Amino acid sequence: MGYPHCIYPLNMFKKFTALLFILSNSILFGQDCNYSLSGKVIDFHDNSILSGALIQVQGRGISAYSKEDGSYLVKGLCAGSYTLVVSHPECKPVFLTIVLDGNLVQDLLLEHHIEELEEVKVMGELVEDKTRTAQEQQLKTTTLEFYSSASLGDALKEISGVSSLNTGANIVKPVIHGLNGSRVLILNDGVRMQDMEWGDEHAPNVDINSAGSVSVIKGASALQYGGDAIGGVILMEQTFKTLRDTLFGKTVLNGMTNGRGGNISTELTKVFEEGWFVKGQASYKRLGDREAPDYVLSNTGVQETAFTFRFGKKNFTWGWDAWYSYFDADIGILRASHIGNVDDLIRSINSMQPLIIEPFTYDIVPPRQEVTHHLGKLNAYKRFEGVGRWNFQYDFQRNNRLEFDVRVGDDRNTPAIDLELTTQTLNTDFKWDANNEYTVRVGLLGRYQDNFANPDTGVRRLIPDYEKYDIGGFAIGEYQWTDHVLVEAGARYDYNRIDALKFYRISRWLERGYDQDFADIVVENIGNQLLTNPVFEYHNFSATAGARYKVNGSTDFRFNYTLAQRAPNPSELFSDGLHHSAARIELGDLRIDSETSNKIALSFEKNLNKWGFVFEPYANFVSDFILLEPTGVEFTIRGAFPVWEYRQTDARLLGLDLSAYIDWASNWRTEHRFSLVKGKDTTSDIALINMPAPNTTNRISYSRPEWNGFEIGLESFYSFRQNEFPPNITVFSPEQQQEVVLEINTPPDAYHLMGLYGKMDFTLSQQTKLGIGLTVNNLFNTSYRDYLNRLRYFADDLGRNIILQINLKY
Amino acid sequence: MKHFKLFFLLTAGIFAFSCSDDDEGPQIVNEEEVITTLTITLTPQGGGTSITLQSQDLDGDGPNAPVVNVSGNLGDFTTYEGSIELLNETENPAEDITEEVEEEAEEHQFFYTVTGSIDNVIYNDVDGNGNPVGLVFLLTTREPGAATLAVTLRHEPTKPNDGTASNAGGETDIAQTFSVTVE
Repeated sequence: MGYPHCIYPLNMFKKFTALLFILSNSILFGQDCNYSLSGKVIDFHDNSILSGALIQVQGRGISAYSKEDGSYLVKGLCAGSYTLVVSHPECKPVFLTIVLDGNLVQDLLLEHHIEELEEVKVMGELVEDKTRTAQEQQLKTTTLEFYSSASLGDALKEISGVSSLNTGANIVKPVIHGLNGSRVLILNDGVRMQDMEWGDEHAPNVDINSAGSVSVIKGASALQYGGDAIGGVILMEQTFKTLRDTLFGKTVLNGMTNGRGGNISTELTKVFEEGWFVKGQASYKRLGDREAPDYVLSNTGVQETAFTFRFGKKNFTWGWDAWYSYFDADIGILRASHIGNVDDLIRSINSMQPLIIEPFTYDIVPPRQEVTHHLGKLNAYKRFEGVGRWNFQYDFQRNNRLEFDVRVGDDRNTPAIDLELTTQTLNTDFKWDANNEYTVRVGLLGRYQDNFANPDTGVRRLIPDYEKYDIGGFAIGEYQWTDHVLVEAGARYDYNRIDALKFYRISRWLERGYDQDFADIVVENIGNQLLTNPVFEYHNFSATAGARYKVNGSTDFRFNYTLAQRAPNPSELFSDGLHHSAARIELGDLRIDSETSNKIALSFEKNLNKWGFVFEPYANFVSDFILLEPTGVEFTIRGAFPVWEYRQTDARLLGLDLSAYIDWASNWRTEHRFSLVKGKDTTSDIALINMPAPNTTNRISYSRPEWNGFEIGLESFYSFRQNEFPPNITVFSPEQQQEVVLEINTPPDAYHLMGLYGKMDFTLSQQTKLGIGLTVNNLFNTSYRDYLNRLRYFADDLGRNIILQINLKY
Repeated sequence: MKHFKLFFLLTAGIFAFSCSDDDEGPQIVNEEEVITTLTITLTPQGGGTSITLQSQDLDGDGPNAPVVNVSGNLGDFTTYEGSIELLNETENPAEDITEEVEEEAEEHQFFYTVTGSIDNVIYNDVDGNGNPVGLVFLLTTREPGAATLAVTLRHEPTKPNDGTASNAGGETDIAQTFSVTVE
């Protein structure tokens, strides 16, 4: 707060009114001109008084300012019709027509903080916090541009406490405080992404270039977005200037050596006088095989196409906009990771390099994924004078996922997985923000989702056909208790109902014991399969309470407690089949119920002249935590396969994020980050699987803004070895005819990567700016494997990558 | 305000349009490429009783392990003519997968690993490129004792290879080990 909330070209406006004045000066003469106009200038939003507002009478050369008490008086008016221009340094001017036939008293309304335009402030500025007491951080446009050629998950690692679960370099799932998948909500411009986030190898279907800023809330305290964000919430938002009558845009072009390709992203925005706007954005990315230091990572190319189109009208009392976004990605999966059985897996783990290495190519062949996401949104808002703001939104999403396995014969080009997920959501909320001391926000949500699993794959469905209904409601409020202390609290209720039609093999049905517990859901017995109709309902309650204590201008202390509940996702309930990419059988469980998290998070922040730090410890206690881990082996004619089963247990996650900066001299700055999370299954007292290893990032940069914005930096990333992991499993190897330990959980060694970057900006004209950046990742071409990369059994991670970026703003 | 009306009409329209329901139940998927049954027939050269080794896994990737059957003991110091039959018994009548492997012989190969009293297995067939396939083979026994025969079928292996599964790569369609007695 404390910013002027609306910015407009004052000078232009003055010229414009001056011109009008000259043109119409000669009209109303020779009448009885001693009427007056008086009243108060009031903020529409909270009815507060505005002093210093300028009231101009067009065509008369008469003007007045409002006084300290907001009152104004304009004298010497004749009978007739006038146009008033009311303006205030922090507001958009208002044009108003009045008719005078005597003295008139009229209050004039101005919009003081136009919240709708707030996210906009100035490009690159921090976006307003979504919660007041939770751990929350933002990435600015400049950071997102830096990662323009990478993915959202890569960029988010700039935030301490955020890591990623990778399947190679192109599938990057964000992990917040050790949790990922359905526990991390991604909101793309206010729309909760429904893109099958339940799978480990399913990356968010979003284009990083379509966002203007990204905020991360570590935890579920932002209840307005959902009550099940046990990991956290990622908000991709638009930043968009609201200068009237402007046309602007930018184009970012990247070329990179590793993958021998690049991407281009371009956008253009036009804002019209009356608040109409239109914005288009498009990106294309193409990379061939990526390379580890010693070999080509065969079949790891990617092709991505995305565009968004938006138009609407925004005024300060009401507005609406329509948005359509398209995302399509064709992603190659490392060829050597597609394996037959447990012996292949043992051989892959023992071999120090992938078993299939071919020369570099741009071709993407199976195993590969092809995902398409359509998103359409309609949003409208209306502001009620002195009360608050009402918001309404409808969105439609269609996500199609095709996964092509290595298959033979006629099925070579048939996907093994073909799912179409369609989601429609209606949202509405009302925010009372007229009072400066407190705000209250209430909202409702209704959602309908339909999943269709195409039977033409010729492979038994991993995820069944289902319909899902969600209804939710929330209320959150914040109260400025004293000048220093702010408190907030909220509660939310969600109802979920899932209605599926699933085929079970009879042998699996019996093995799971479902014949005992779920005999009543069998619809039909067809040969060796059963058609069943599981219908489950979940009632979830979430709540948050927190406080923020601003000790002084430089010190800030936050405390937040959140209770969150999450219903099981379709994968956790229904998974039933062989995952070739991991050579494992994954089994869900119909008995799985909601998990409940109790999280306490603290944040201590200090910002002094030369240095500052943020210290964020947290503790998350999750009862009935749902996890997937190896439990044993099943034998088939194709050999033995490790079985990964979903189960529920009680878990505890303790962690700490630390970030700091020091300005050593006017041009020298260092930045430091450290993250640690320890996860434990408290029921059986073993470590949780897939917890990010402790890591630290340290960066030194030298900048000379006066040399065309010159900046150069050196970055070190050190990942410790994860020493806490669940025990490995023992399997019988048919090939070796003996029991062997399958080192499926053993983490790789610690590693250290160095990076280098530099950039300069050139002003080509008043409107045009050119930025050039050069980045080198993995400077010393270090061979390493990361614990949270699912392909770590098969191949090293990426080798050196040199990226050249050209960024043109106009 | 007319914009608002337009907005709601648009929203309602889309909602109504996209809520069309499909009431048909889902179609069952019977996997087609499944091999449920592997039968090896070993016939002694010069006549005698044939021995069959069979592995049958009717629930495919389901929880039940394959049922392994060996019809009898092998004779010592004997050469057997071996042949393989592959079936998909989830279909009725059972589908013969052996033919598919024959047709795509260049993309398939069986690998045999022996221990104990089986001396060796020699390929007795070739694909279009002159490389072994392994649908037909010769198996020779040694002195009496216990033995194992491990059979692996790979599709899209590297061909030619050195005759071991680990050298050939590719995907495993079958991996089964039989314990037999040589007497």
